[in-house]
Amino acid sequence: MKCWRTFFTRHKTGIFWTCLTGLTLLAAAAGLFLGSVAVSPGQVLLALLGGGAQTVPAKIVLFTRLPRVLGAMLAGSALAVAGVVIQQCLHNPLASPGILGVNAGAGLAVAVVCAVFPLAQGLTPVVAFLGALGAVCLILFLSRATGASRMTVVLAGVAVSNIFSAGIDAVVTLVPDALNAVSDFRIGGFSGVTLAKIAPGGRIISLALLGVFSLAGRMDILALGDETAHSLGLRVGRTRYLLLALAAALAGAAVSFAGLLGFVGLIVPHAMRRFVGEQSLPLLLASALGGGFFLTACDLLARTLFAPYELPVGIVLSFTGGPFFLWLLYRQRGGRK
Amino acid sequence: MIRLEAVSAGYPGRPVLRDITLDVRPGEVLALVGPNGSGKSTLLKAALGLLPLTGGQVLYDGLPLEKLTPRERARKAALLTQSRNTPSVQALRMVLHGRFPYLSYPRRYGREDEAIARGAMARTGCLELAGENVAQLSGGQRQGVYLAMTLAQDTETVFMDEPTTYLDIHRQIGIMETSRELAREGKAVVLVLHDLPMALTTAHRVAVLEAGRLAMADTAERVYRSGVLERVFQVGVHRMDTPQGVQYYCVPRGL
Repeated sequence: MKCWRTFFTRHKTGIFWTCLTGLTLLAAAAGLFLGSVAVSPGQVLLALLGGGAQTVPAKIVLFTRLPRVLGAMLAGSALAVAGVVIQQCLHNPLASPGILGVNAGAGLAVAVVCAVFPLAQGLTPVVAFLGALGAVCLILFLSRATGASRMTVVLAGVAVSNIFSAGIDAVVTLVPDALNAVSDFRIGGFSGVTLAKIAPGGRIISLALLGVFSLAGRMDILALGDETAHSLGLRVGRTRYLLLALAAALAGAAVSFAGLLGFVGLIVPHAMRRFVGEQSLPLLLASALGGGFFLTACDLLARTLFAPYELPVGIVLSFTGGPFFLWLLYRQRGGRK
Repeated sequence: MIRLEAVSAGYPGRPVLRDITLDVRPGEVLALVGPNGSGKSTLLKAALGLLPLTGGQVLYDGLPLEKLTPRERARKAALLTQSRNTPSVQALRMVLHGRFPYLSYPRRYGREDEAIARGAMARTGCLELAGENVAQLSGGQRQGVYLAMTLAQDTETVFMDEPTTYLDIHRQIGIMETSRELAREGKAVVLVLHDLPMALTTAHRVAVLEAGRLAMADTAERVYRSGVLERVFQVGVHRMDTPQGVQYYCVPRGL
């Protein structure tokens, strides 16, 4: 027993990364192998390798399960990494794309465009990015212009988020078919996703993730506070705007095919911080993996718990993530005693 | 050498500094003293380009500050700030950030950077904390880590904004000793201090700010004799010879 404890303490970091990577791969595999219709592992592998394309099991794997797993992985990673970036850039642990209205900004832009130009749905990821960017700029302006405290920024974000959400509701009320293309848009979900719908957002997410990872060193400097960062030779304003634009791209692209999944961007960064600390690169990598795992696992639960009926993933997300987050907070408090 | 020439600066609708001319000389500890709100921290910000000037100019080795890139500036002057964020990272990693101005692509810290960072930590007495999480250190230990980060920046000029605040007397004296050592090595050290006796005993020169203007900048002894401190701070300032050298102390005015 003592031997195990010593081993665990010594190799804590290695064990954490192995577990996280293993869990992420396991969730992806489970997402492909499990579902309301029984498909054998052999059939899944055959479908993935391009065999039996016309069979029902292959169609289920390729056109339903694979897009969902990819979509959940991409959206989870994007929202969690956007959360890390926003929290580090605003020096505010309470910030996240959901709370500050970044997701809602993207959602409103998508809703308006889909209502006014129903045929322009190919532009959804770009429009979502612009909506998210608009929300980020608004929050940044509010926090700068008013010299507001961290709490005020969060409160302003909640207000902005509510205004945008009301805007989405208004659009959907006036044009009921506006968001038909994005299922469960307001709760968030993957029930209607296809590879074609994910592709544009997926490309944006991949590029933005690379951009954020390459700026991890500068994010570390930014996290030291504006004055220290400036004295270390960082172009503070430019770096912050660039990182926030990348966060907006990530959140906007995720919203464009997954809807308003708010919780991931708040709890995954905080959960990962407990394990890897606040050094940006490990935190970003852990959050990308953790977000992907969490959302894929939640999506799997959403479609298997009451199969053949399906819950929107946003509901599962809140029911599983909420208690886990509270447990983390409780454990942290216990550790301080 | 850094020179402030007729510098005026402040915040929108609130001018703070007016017409300040001051040299920051190598091999010298310069203490900036003045009552609350007299513009000490604003002067540091203006000298580092953290605040746009409304008049005058700041020269780094004869070059206007705005002609330098941020990295060039960061290789010439470092700042130990008064208030800052404390991320949950390893202390050595934090100190390594002092090497940021020297990084070239792909911006990874190398062995030489680590050796310099460890040397800076040894100097500020926090090397044994290298593997600890900064967020879990005491205030005094954190200050040691932050000072090590500032020293790892290896600049000709070091600005410190109230570096002794919240520290016990042992650590306060340690910071003053480090400042004198840095000056002996040829660096220019600028300290914003509230503790007048400490400023007068440590600094080679003392600059007294009063309502955003430079009331006087001279050796500690001359500043003391001029009576400017009594006028600006509204206290009695006295000196006495002790076996440990000249010491200063303050008493309420009229005593």
